[in-house]
Amino acid sequence: MANVGRNTPVRKFDAVVVGAGGAGLRAALQLSEAGLKCAVLSKVFPTRSHTVAAQGGVGASLGNMGEDNWNWHMYDTVKGSDWLGDQDAIEFMVRTAPEVVIELEHFGMPFDRNEDGTIYQRPFGGHSMNFGEKPVQRSCCAADRTGHAMLHALYQRNVRANTQFFVEWMALDLIRDPSGQVLGVTALEMETGEVMVFHARATLFATGGAGRIYTSTTNAFINTGDGLGMAARAGIPLEDMEFWQFHPTGVAGAGVLITEGVRGEGGYLLNKNGERFMERYAPNLKDLASRDVVSRAMATEIKEGRGAGKEGDCVLLKLDHLGAEVIDKRLPGIREIAKKFANVDPVKDPIPVVPTVHYQMGGIPTNYHGEVVVPKNGNANSVVPGFYAAGECGCASVHGANRLGTNSLTDLLVFGKASGDSIIRFLKENPGLKDLPKDAGDRSLSRLARLESQTNGESYAEVAKDMRRTMQMHCGVFRFPDTLAEGVKKIREISDRVTRTEIKDKSKVFNTARIEALELDNLIEVARATMVSADARTESRGAHDRSDHHERDDVNWLKHTLWYKEGDRLDYKPVNLKPLTAESIEPKVRTY
Amino acid sequence: MVNRIVVGAHYGLKDWLAQRISAVVMAAYTILFGIVWVSGGPFSYNSWKSLFSQGWMRFATLLFVLSMLYHAWVGVRDIWMDYVKNTGLRLLLEVVTVLWLVGCGGWAVQVLWRS
Amino acid sequence: MQFRVYRYDPDKDDKPYMKDYEVELEPTDQMLLDALVRIKEQDDSLSLRRSCREGVCGSDAMNINGKNGLACTTKLSELKQPVELKPLPGLPVIRDLIVDMTQFFKQYHSIKPYLVNNDPPPEKERLQSPEDREELNGLYECILCACCSTSCPSFWWNPDKFVGPAGLLHAYRFLADTRDQAAAERLDNLEDPYRLFRCHSIMNCVDVCPKGLNPTEAIGKIKTMMVKRAV
Repeated sequence: MANVGRNTPVRKFDAVVVGAGGAGLRAALQLSEAGLKCAVLSKVFPTRSHTVAAQGGVGASLGNMGEDNWNWHMYDTVKGSDWLGDQDAIEFMVRTAPEVVIELEHFGMPFDRNEDGTIYQRPFGGHSMNFGEKPVQRSCCAADRTGHAMLHALYQRNVRANTQFFVEWMALDLIRDPSGQVLGVTALEMETGEVMVFHARATLFATGGAGRIYTSTTNAFINTGDGLGMAARAGIPLEDMEFWQFHPTGVAGAGVLITEGVRGEGGYLLNKNGERFMERYAPNLKDLASRDVVSRAMATEIKEGRGAGKEGDCVLLKLDHLGAEVIDKRLPGIREIAKKFANVDPVKDPIPVVPTVHYQMGGIPTNYHGEVVVPKNGNANSVVPGFYAAGECGCASVHGANRLGTNSLTDLLVFGKASGDSIIRFLKENPGLKDLPKDAGDRSLSRLARLESQTNGESYAEVAKDMRRTMQMHCGVFRFPDTLAEGVKKIREISDRVTRTEIKDKSKVFNTARIEALELDNLIEVARATMVSADARTESRGAHDRSDHHERDDVNWLKHTLWYKEGDRLDYKPVNLKPLTAESIEPKVRTY
Repeated sequence: MVNRIVVGAHYGLKDWLAQRISAVVMAAYTILFGIVWVSGGPFSYNSWKSLFSQGWMRFATLLFVLSMLYHAWVGVRDIWMDYVKNTGLRLLLEVVTVLWLVGCGGWAVQVLWRS
Repeated sequence: MQFRVYRYDPDKDDKPYMKDYEVELEPTDQMLLDALVRIKEQDDSLSLRRSCREGVCGSDAMNINGKNGLACTTKLSELKQPVELKPLPGLPVIRDLIVDMTQFFKQYHSIKPYLVNNDPPPEKERLQSPEDREELNGLYECILCACCSTSCPSFWWNPDKFVGPAGLLHAYRFLADTRDQAAAERLDNLEDPYRLFRCHSIMNCVDVCPKGLNPTEAIGKIKTMMVKRAV
């Protein structure tokens, strides 16, 4: 195998950030403004990252619309997580949220405004006043294009800070030295097919989610869990991967997201009888209950024959009663999407929607500083030096078993910034760049060489399709012990097939077949982690709902799953129920 | 010399504005001329000559010609800017254009005030 | 359904050519991008950019039957067959439907696309009235897909000097923001026969914008601001 020092070009940086979505850009900004030499790698031009598709808003208890405070936000988040969230990280996030949102406003983000000039906030699912009493307006938004406005504002601020971007570079593998310290990544320049080593003192993964392990997802094509795959291959465990959020309102058939903000602004769900069924499932917050609750209610309605549409396989999202003016002012993008993808104009007709895979609650285990932590020598949370993760690919864990709407954008701002700060601190304390291990590029180069020389293999597209189908069938909204067990078997078989995929296209120039095949290497790790972790967790909690164990089991399962690629091994670590300063929120029955 | 994009030449507004204003002048003159044409009755060399011997008509026509020349200058210059990439050649063509237009202007004055 | 797709791989082709494809579509395949994904399953050597598949990331802009648009929001049912697909015109082709957008982004960056406000930041948000915020509508929604700039003849002739509709739309987005303090510098930066005044109101940009934005109107407003300043 090639020796990196001789054959592969190496560039040295203080820090390398993989991914230029919200978290990556927020961290990069922190690093660039601190004057560090920082490289940001992205598979796509930064403003095309999937943060751009976030719609409804970013959660922060600014209290612009009435009373609100971080204690309430914290309670909602802990309850939303079904008590699987770590309360130190949650407290850190909700307390920092107002500050990072205000900062974003100062960066130029075009938030909607109230008459008094302050940021407009809308109600959102699971967000409540006074510990669950009634809905609160906490979601700071820019119409229904909050993610778009945010990503552009962050990119623009990075342009101002002169951040160095490597656009259309795909990171391939993590580089660790024998002590386990992380020293950068290998990456492929898509335009030329060249591999380079990014040798860095600190490495941050902000690679987003992996919703593309499912057939039906709101996620972009690029959401292939690259960071998770790279981490898993480098021996880092993945945390709580059984928890996948099904967003209640994906456009039936197309899977395109319809924001919860529709229900925040007053829209609601109907079954085929025209019944507002959420009143039965969540008498208090109704359509604004947590996403897992609403998705399950919808799936139940459909299962029990009350689904709408020709096939009875969706429910209807009604918003025409809001009037054209409100819809055009607050939800213009939704109207556009509904017209294009559902062929209905929501000013007149309801939108057919189904629960659709949306967000991965799990990820690379970190603490609330964004430092990656793994069990080592009896310490469940031992820091991996030089390695950080933030955004959807990280698991701090603030979302636990179910994320609240708006908390994803809060997460990426808070932990993007925090991990940037942690890196700055780490670099100050650890001057000097450790040498690259001799085999730094080997794993990547052998993966590429395998793809190059593979003959009589299977088409990567076919294998990917089978993986997605398997995940969809065996690990959906409702999970059953026998299908899960079978799913584990199937996904392991598919995992074997992934090692023999073939690409017909061998060109060096912008070879997207090669990119997709490399992405599949990452997806399959996430799929396996998900299936194996889900199969093992014999309880129902948040987004994980098992037919054989309908209740949450705090005695046996109030703990985080850790999945290791090596031998599909599972380990567990305790949930941190102790906040930083607030009082612990003890587990109790979760109703909305 | 290095070939770099220089940001902002700090002109262009005047030309853009002048092109709009000159267009208005030309339009106004055209309307005026149309009215004179329609109301002036049968046109002969003499009536034509007496029309252009009046001071106001000479002045209006001169204004029209000057507007047209400036309008044409901006328009033709834009064409050279779009299609002629060689700076030296472009400058030469621009100079030729200016000389040609100034010449046309002189000729117009001569025609108007000949008799 | 039938397609004719522009193909060029500098690694093996001497020159570009059009390749015909016949695809069997599923009922769920509504948009052009769905068909392109099917074509790629047949022939993995077809290269294109794509990501969000809902018209908000701006990756899959291309020339569709002669008109620029996003593959993911173009309905198959509205296309004449064979559907002719070419890369965006006026930019160098890297491969197949992928163009080199360096020039486009250079122009975007040249207008200083970020808020400039040198006052010390207040504790809370900077206030802005709903009316002032409304001025940004129709501007901040741009997805940088380059459909507009690459349909603009002025940009074709002078991609290195003319900012182009997308860049100018963004320039006005900041000029129109009541929180921005650099209006004078921004106008100085644009007062140039090439950078701004190459726009001849051809309005191809308005015609193709997949988000329904109006760069020509924004450009007109920049000119008005300049006139107001000068007169």
